[in-house]
Amino acid sequence: MVRLFLAGLAILCACLTANAQEADLQPILQEHQEIIAKSSRKTIKPAIDAIASSGLPQAQVMLETWAAKNMWMRKSDGLFFSGQKGEGRSYELTDFDTGEVVGTFEKTELKQLKPNSGIRAMIGTALVQFQLTDPDRARRQAALQSIQRDPEGELLDPLRASIDDEPDADLKAQKQRLERLLTIGYDTDTGARVAAIEEMSDDLGVDVRAALNPLVVTNRQAAATLPSDMNIAAVLQPDSDDLSRDAAYDLLVASDLVAPRVSADDIRAALAANIDRGRVEGVPVAQLSSAAARAQAYEALAEAGAVPALITEADIDAALAAHVFFDTYAEPSPDVTAAAAHALEQIELKVGLNQTLDLTLDAISLASIYFLAAIGLAITFGVMGVINMAHGEFIMMGAYTGYVVQQFIPNHTLSVIVAIPMAFAVTFAMGVAMERLVIRWLYARPLETLLATFGISIALQQLAKNIFGTQARPLTAPGWLDGAWVLNDVVSISYIRIAIFVLAMIFLGLFLYIMKRTRLGLEMRAVTQNPRMAGSMGINPGRVNMLTFGLGSGIAGIAGVAIGLFAKVTSDLGSDYIVQSFMTVVVGGVGNIWGALAGAGMIGFLQKGIEWMNPSNTLAAQTYIIIFIIIFIQFRPRGIIALKGRAAGD
Amino acid sequence: MSTLLEVSGVSVTFDGFRAINNLSFQIGEAELRVVIGPNGAGKTTFMDIITGKTRPDEGRVIWGEKSLSLLGLSEAKIAQAGIGRKFQKPTVFEDQTVHENLLMALQNKRGWLRVLFYRTSTDDLQKVEDLAVEIGLHHDLSRKAGELSHGQKQWLEIGMLLAQEPRLLLVDEPAAGMTPQEREHTTDLLLQAARTRAVVVVEHDMEFVRRLNCKVTVLHEGSVLAEGSLDHVTSNQDVIDVYLGR
Amino acid sequence: MDRSFVAKNPSVLVFLAILSLFTLGVTILSEGFGIGVISTSFVKTLGKTLCLCLIAVAMDLVWGFTGILSLGHFAFFGLGGYMIGMWLMYERTRLIVVDSLGQAEIPPTSAEVVDAIGIQIFGVVGSSEFPLIWAFSHSLTLQLILIVLVPGLLALIFGWLAFRSRVTGVYLSILTQAMTLALALYLFQNDSGLRGNNGLSGLQNLPGVTTSQDVVSIWFLWASALALGLGYMLVVWLVSGKFGSVIRGIRDNEARVRFLGYSVEVYKLAVFTLTACIAAIAGALYYPQAGIINPEEMAPIASIYLAVWVAIGGRGRLYGAVIGAAFVSLLSTWFTGGQAPDIPLGFYTIKWVDWWQVLLGVTFVLVTLFAPQGIGGLFDLWTDRRHPDRHGANLGPDDGALREKEAIE
Repeated sequence: MVRLFLAGLAILCACLTANAQEADLQPILQEHQEIIAKSSRKTIKPAIDAIASSGLPQAQVMLETWAAKNMWMRKSDGLFFSGQKGEGRSYELTDFDTGEVVGTFEKTELKQLKPNSGIRAMIGTALVQFQLTDPDRARRQAALQSIQRDPEGELLDPLRASIDDEPDADLKAQKQRLERLLTIGYDTDTGARVAAIEEMSDDLGVDVRAALNPLVVTNRQAAATLPSDMNIAAVLQPDSDDLSRDAAYDLLVASDLVAPRVSADDIRAALAANIDRGRVEGVPVAQLSSAAARAQAYEALAEAGAVPALITEADIDAALAAHVFFDTYAEPSPDVTAAAAHALEQIELKVGLNQTLDLTLDAISLASIYFLAAIGLAITFGVMGVINMAHGEFIMMGAYTGYVVQQFIPNHTLSVIVAIPMAFAVTFAMGVAMERLVIRWLYARPLETLLATFGISIALQQLAKNIFGTQARPLTAPGWLDGAWVLNDVVSISYIRIAIFVLAMIFLGLFLYIMKRTRLGLEMRAVTQNPRMAGSMGINPGRVNMLTFGLGSGIAGIAGVAIGLFAKVTSDLGSDYIVQSFMTVVVGGVGNIWGALAGAGMIGFLQKGIEWMNPSNTLAAQTYIIIFIIIFIQFRPRGIIALKGRAAGD
Repeated sequence: MSTLLEVSGVSVTFDGFRAINNLSFQIGEAELRVVIGPNGAGKTTFMDIITGKTRPDEGRVIWGEKSLSLLGLSEAKIAQAGIGRKFQKPTVFEDQTVHENLLMALQNKRGWLRVLFYRTSTDDLQKVEDLAVEIGLHHDLSRKAGELSHGQKQWLEIGMLLAQEPRLLLVDEPAAGMTPQEREHTTDLLLQAARTRAVVVVEHDMEFVRRLNCKVTVLHEGSVLAEGSLDHVTSNQDVIDVYLGR
Repeated sequence: MDRSFVAKNPSVLVFLAILSLFTLGVTILSEGFGIGVISTSFVKTLGKTLCLCLIAVAMDLVWGFTGILSLGHFAFFGLGGYMIGMWLMYERTRLIVVDSLGQAEIPPTSAEVVDAIGIQIFGVVGSSEFPLIWAFSHSLTLQLILIVLVPGLLALIFGWLAFRSRVTGVYLSILTQAMTLALALYLFQNDSGLRGNNGLSGLQNLPGVTTSQDVVSIWFLWASALALGLGYMLVVWLVSGKFGSVIRGIRDNEARVRFLGYSVEVYKLAVFTLTACIAAIAGALYYPQAGIINPEEMAPIASIYLAVWVAIGGRGRLYGAVIGAAFVSLLSTWFTGGQAPDIPLGFYTIKWVDWWQVLLGVTFVLVTLFAPQGIGGLFDLWTDRRHPDRHGANLGPDDGALREKEAIE
């Protein structure tokens, strides 16, 4: 089998060589020797066309050599060769046709051809047709990409020619798609273009929109009468919503159809230029501090013929009435523009639907982050009723734990796997210590708990700053979390966000399991509902409170690792999330994990929704969300999912 | 005797639990009434409804000659209309003196500007003195309420209620945790008060109820089980079954 | 019982005497009017501290006496600063603009002057139009009214929303914090109309006043001391009468006050709004001394620090709030300003710039745990003020909600 293949290859080579001997490139080059040597972008085109259309296989090598500035002309006879730097200032020349070394020459005997970037681009275009049929798949792929980057009408024919012989199915599909796009933009036959447009009108690709958009670009113009030789998109009425009075007149001025208005600055300059012994046309300068006085003086000047007359409103009306205003398409064919506009409309609709889907995914991922940040709080604040302002700092400590672990374990996957339990352990211990040392003395004093934990929060933040510095530390996600899951050109979601969503769901399950199925959960619920009764039933409330608080803190630590993977790890990391976390719990409904989930969902969707309406301003989005929450609490003071009745503790 | 307060057909549900079930209740002016019932019978919720703390799901609460509906009024408005309430545990303002406590409760305008520019009149001072004598705290006027004994706090709270000059007094377990002498004084206070106004007392202690010697309403599972004199209700078989028999 | 105001509150006389002595002392030692021992920048620091004491008094009224732990009063403080800053900046820019336009051959029209001021003020945020909120900035009188009107109105609306839905305790604290955050984030935007994160600057220059800052700083010190004195007396008067009795009742047991027939929400709203106005006045005096105001000043953390000062000074007593604010803020300036000496431990040198916050945080936890009365508690040891012999633990003034719950069970 291998032998057979080699034999085939040998025959192919032989054929190619044989072909090469039939016709030579050098004569073609000589025919255009003058313009090649001159190397001017304006005149070079015939030479490149001739070389490219020669159909000679060595033309590709020759063009590449030229573009790489390795082509030399021998001054003695004007022949072109490929040059290779030899010893000293000498160059070894090779013939393009035979591929044989012609000899070594001193630099002084040669002239190097240095095509400028414009010419190199033209050579590149010419090369594309060779590359499109190149046996190497990677080069064909590269050629397609270069066409996509820089589409031109001349490439249409070589592209079409290369489709049938394309052996690779994937590349063939790409070529066909590209052919359609080029047809839309550059085919000479209007019918073919319209057909291509209609064919592509259900495609969401950015490239399709990029091909269609230039077709519907309009240019606003004004003229005395409506021209008949232009593809007119719309005729506009001046002084309407589409075209304001001022804009219409400015358009006339820009088209040199009327005289420009005299601006306030012009009046001022004209008056200043015509001051005569402290007066302008009899008006004292000191009185010129109002617009009316200035206009009066200017009119006097205009009557005297010293300055151009003011354009009055009546002048403007007359000018507007005497002209027509219209938008024209740059594309001359009305069929094409109509088809393109229609296709774009259809595409926009689909894009809109897909954007909604994308936004929904974004919102879900944001909600997962809030949920993750708030779930620990749902335990300490929601279940225990302890307000912990240092919760954000536990998140920060989790993230820093991840960073420290990565300093010891370079493997990112392994380090994250180690970091999660480590972060839990560190923040669990910290939470237990805090509960034992501070919070348990303050159970009856909720506001003081708030203040004491705030003291801990600022101390921890400054400690982190002292230890790790103020600059952000990297917590690198494993390689397999890089990249995104791409549905189409509109909808995509990064893997890391999917991972956070999954993590949030795992925590939800874990939380439900602990609360509903374990002894600790049972004791937790008992202690929070009635500590004295629980105590008399043999439960140690102190121990349960300690463990509960530790659990909430530990989960905050794990959330910190997750958040650190996509956010910058700084000492302020926690404070960025603390208010949102509390809002999540409060809005959702205290004492209920589903409440936290609902709260996170609502805030996440709301934030994305507001950002979508005003994408340039994320600060405003946060402001509006907080205002919304304050108003929301008016109507549902106990949150979305409220506990009712006496159990809620009025 | 005209009816001062009429509660009719009131029901309240907490998370599916029916705390009050189609309850009807009436009390006239200058009447003393004791409400008894086992734990969870709805005694406290009943008071919550009258004072506006809990809104019933259905039913009517009608007040006074003008037949004013109390549903929908705020707690403060209901209190201003003339209903005073004493909680189970003594709730006085411990950080303030007995004098301040009584002065705050004294029947006066409640608007914040009126209060801000309020100057103590000799008339008001006299009222406070009289009340202090009545509740036996005239020697303790300048002491902080937090320093008082449990029984004294209860009296102070009753005194504050009286200062409000309400037409209806709701008193929740006034005798709990008191010494026998203190109980006697409390009984006197309540009987004294009931001469001029309606008083509803919620109580567990049968001895105390007997001493008050008045009409008794028995609540059970959120509705009235029996009503009448203490002897009458204690001989009622239903009452014996659900409450006394246990 | 009905004694005169001063007789009932002897501490007011002591406070006013100390304040006057302090002001007089600083004046004598200052560069502007005296022998120049105290630098002008330190005079400004002292003047600013007096403003902080004033807002601390307001905070004590709303938290220590009424039991509302507001984490939003620095927002009102900042708003007050913005309101006076708008006039200062407008008027000063106007004088400069009129001066430079007066050099031109043709006298400027009023529209040209306004446009030029707009370019000067808003060029930094890429705009030249005057936003609507600057509509009154040309008038000192109107803008002075706005100092109390704007924060007062904001407090009124927010308070009405919050109190009518019976949000109390930590929920209310979080809500006020959210309000502050929302306001700060809003002001951070360039199109908020208040120059985004650039804020307003050059506020130390009074328009039309050519006297040196040495003298101006003393003027502001006097104004701040006067405001503090008046504010202190006002608040003492508020809390000493029946009104004080009612708000302390609200702090200790809201439901009980309600059943006494007082409309708790209205009282809370009145106190919240009044203290917001006091805070705004303090801010309007503070920022001309600081020279610059930006949204950073209104971040939620500032309001929490305010609570820290009052807690360390001692809640529920007004002089405690003043002492706490003065003590902690001056100490903070000393430590973070790098004046405090480093402590070399051999293996590590404690730099106070880095460690002050840690110290403050830990101190705060310790004060909360072991000395809930704060520094003011020391005065009790001195004056031997008797505490009520309560049954059970001393629950602190903000525990009304808990006892309310117990009472209802």
